[in-house]
Amino acid sequence: MAKNLLGREIPDFIEGYGKTKLFQGAFALKPEGYRAGGKIRCVNSTCTDKRVSDIKAAIAASGLKSGMTVSFHHHLRNGDYIVNMVIDACAEMGIKNLTLFPTALFGVHKKLIEHIKNGVITRIMGSVNGPIGQLVSEGGMEVPVVLRSHGGRPRAVAAGDVHIDVAFIAAPTADKYGNICGTQGKSACGSLGYAFTDAQYADFVVAITDNLQPYPAAPISMSQLNVDIVVEVPSIGDPAGIVSGTTKVTRDPLRLLIAKYASELIEASPYFKEGISFQTGAGGIPLAVTAFMKEAMIKKGIKGSFGLGGITGYFVELLKEGLVERLMDVQSFDLEAVRSIGENPKHIEISADWYANPWNSGAAVNMLDVVILGATEVDVDFNANVNTEADGALLHGTGGHQDTAAGAKLTIIAQPLLRGRIPCVTDRVYSVTTPGEVVDAIVTEYGITINPKRKDLLDACSAVKGLPVVSMDELVSRAHKMSGPTDPVETEDRIIGVVEWRDGTVIDVVRQLKKK
Amino acid sequence: MRRTMLYLPGNNPNMLTRGYLFGSDGLILDLEDAVAMVEKDTARILVQHFLRQGEFGSCEVTVRINGVDTEYWKDDLAAVVPFPALQGIRAPKVDDAKTVKIIDEELSSIEEKNGIPLGRTKIFCLLETAKGIWNAYDIATASPRVAAIIPGGEDLTADLKTSRSSEGTELDWARRMLVFAARAAGVDPIDTVFPRVSDDAGLRKETEFIKQLGFEGKSVIHPNQIPIIHNVFNPTEQEIAKALKIVAAAKEAAERGQGAVSVDGRMVDIPVVKRAEYTLLKAGLSEVK
Repeated sequence: MAKNLLGREIPDFIEGYGKTKLFQGAFALKPEGYRAGGKIRCVNSTCTDKRVSDIKAAIAASGLKSGMTVSFHHHLRNGDYIVNMVIDACAEMGIKNLTLFPTALFGVHKKLIEHIKNGVITRIMGSVNGPIGQLVSEGGMEVPVVLRSHGGRPRAVAAGDVHIDVAFIAAPTADKYGNICGTQGKSACGSLGYAFTDAQYADFVVAITDNLQPYPAAPISMSQLNVDIVVEVPSIGDPAGIVSGTTKVTRDPLRLLIAKYASELIEASPYFKEGISFQTGAGGIPLAVTAFMKEAMIKKGIKGSFGLGGITGYFVELLKEGLVERLMDVQSFDLEAVRSIGENPKHIEISADWYANPWNSGAAVNMLDVVILGATEVDVDFNANVNTEADGALLHGTGGHQDTAAGAKLTIIAQPLLRGRIPCVTDRVYSVTTPGEVVDAIVTEYGITINPKRKDLLDACSAVKGLPVVSMDELVSRAHKMSGPTDPVETEDRIIGVVEWRDGTVIDVVRQLKKK
Repeated sequence: MRRTMLYLPGNNPNMLTRGYLFGSDGLILDLEDAVAMVEKDTARILVQHFLRQGEFGSCEVTVRINGVDTEYWKDDLAAVVPFPALQGIRAPKVDDAKTVKIIDEELSSIEEKNGIPLGRTKIFCLLETAKGIWNAYDIATASPRVAAIIPGGEDLTADLKTSRSSEGTELDWARRMLVFAARAAGVDPIDTVFPRVSDDAGLRKETEFIKQLGFEGKSVIHPNQIPIIHNVFNPTEQEIAKALKIVAAAKEAAERGQGAVSVDGRMVDIPVVKRAEYTLLKAGLSEVK
């Protein structure tokens, strides 16, 4: 057992994960060697149609066998039919012991619990939310889940840490030769960003569509070069769960107050100038920050260069109004975003690799000025936890948290000081997702708390009249006073989750919860 | 300043804890309409607890007690008046000077019992009936404790046997009457709440209207209304610049021993200087004064 840079105890070897590399700092590890690659394929003119009759035929053609790794992407979100459809078919075909490598899982996938229990899935590398998270936290899987960020995942694939045997790609539109796009069709989801690396590196790629178009389909987002088989099904997802309606700015006064402080911090920072770039996601507070920033940008007459990450209709509005020049979209959240990415050339689809991988020739996050994030808890050293809840259960994926925090010049975590009775600021987070080294400020309803290493920001905020700056000590003591003492999480020794930093080193481990 | 006085339900610890963070000029911890009959005691205890150890920032803290026609009002007063955090009580359904006097006497007795300087607890009177509006001046002058008079919204409309319209036609005369009575008595006229909490444009329009009538501020039912009302009541940059000029000129004239002074070709006399000073106070530039 050794301690990593943050003092977290990490075993040298974890059963079901392998040998560990200790987290040494956000930018410490430098890669060596060459990228991994998928199997070389050869398709000649005797094959002019890659269609097969159904999912089982596709699985059979892919050569998928027990013990292999299958990958999925989550652009269909809570409307996704693909994951359940494929795993059900695997179960019926007697395939077992699979490693599931999704970019994220949703509530709709809770059906997988039965396949975890019957041995079809024995390992998950990806976020485990809701009921699956609870099952894993209570020791329901033999081997630990591995949590990677949106950038850490393509890094792991390209570096050969994870080898994908078969990638299943949900294709809102496809042609018979495997050209795909996400912007057209009844199940349109916009960007297919997370799926690109899988298509590029998997040994076999299956496209599943409910909108087959004559060859060649247009527009094409992912081409026939990497797709081996096409399957047509009646439906790949439920549109109501794929995209939300118009994303509206919250009316919750507490969230608006926090958003206002966060926006004022951005305005006070040196980055609030012509060409500012930012990522704010779709959450209540971040979206409200965008609304306040918009007002401030108009007032001061400045324009942004680009908005990044998960894109909402609100960002599309900024693009239309000329307040940002470009949108770089890895995931389109609502109908407006889906429409825009299909029509507007300034709204660009980017892969997760492009978005956030630390080991390529430069990810988009490196160009970010400001990011607004959340966290379930943050500690006195500004370490943030987004994976586990206060009760120690694995409930959330890492998403782009680590990557954007590492890339952006100003990383803000904005959220209420308490959720119910649970404080979000604590002496020591239960598990670390993102190190305090890359977190610049916490914003709560009590004001702005700046990481002491950012004296420049502290000075900038102090110079603004009426901007409440609260020290971390003050914030923690307030949280203690309001919530009272909380019982520590009781765990077994067994590790059920490994939290990787985006470079593949282990930043923390999550242990099995003791039975209550 | 009483631009905004925010109601906080007395039975909601979450709002009581964070209410002051929204930056209103005042808070009204509500024991009356926001609290169901079965929760009157709970709310009273909770509000008492918050007055003892809660945080209120720089807000003026008041408690809306239950009406003198209920069994609760004396218990309400006894529970809240002893705490130094409390600056005033908001009394509902004040119809006449007699109601004010009854409350005044009870307050005096509690203050005396608790060794509190006599008269410390101010009274904010809610005039929620036609009779109350008719007696506005008498009510405002019934006790030196009266700090403000406020027209009712819903109750007054019901008493007038009409309904609430988006234009506020039915409250028009009552509002004008109330401003006259308040100004004549030297107390603050504060407007009623704007009930449609997601109608920002409607709130702005109504606030502009009542500001023009002469109101000092508005009662607030949702924190999101605060910045809109402040925005209307806050002086514009032009108004501030003009006020700064007037105050500076007046100061210079006083130093030279002159009374009247000319600014931008217009004679400026004492009322104008006073108004300019008030503008700067509202703009948070009171140190200039």
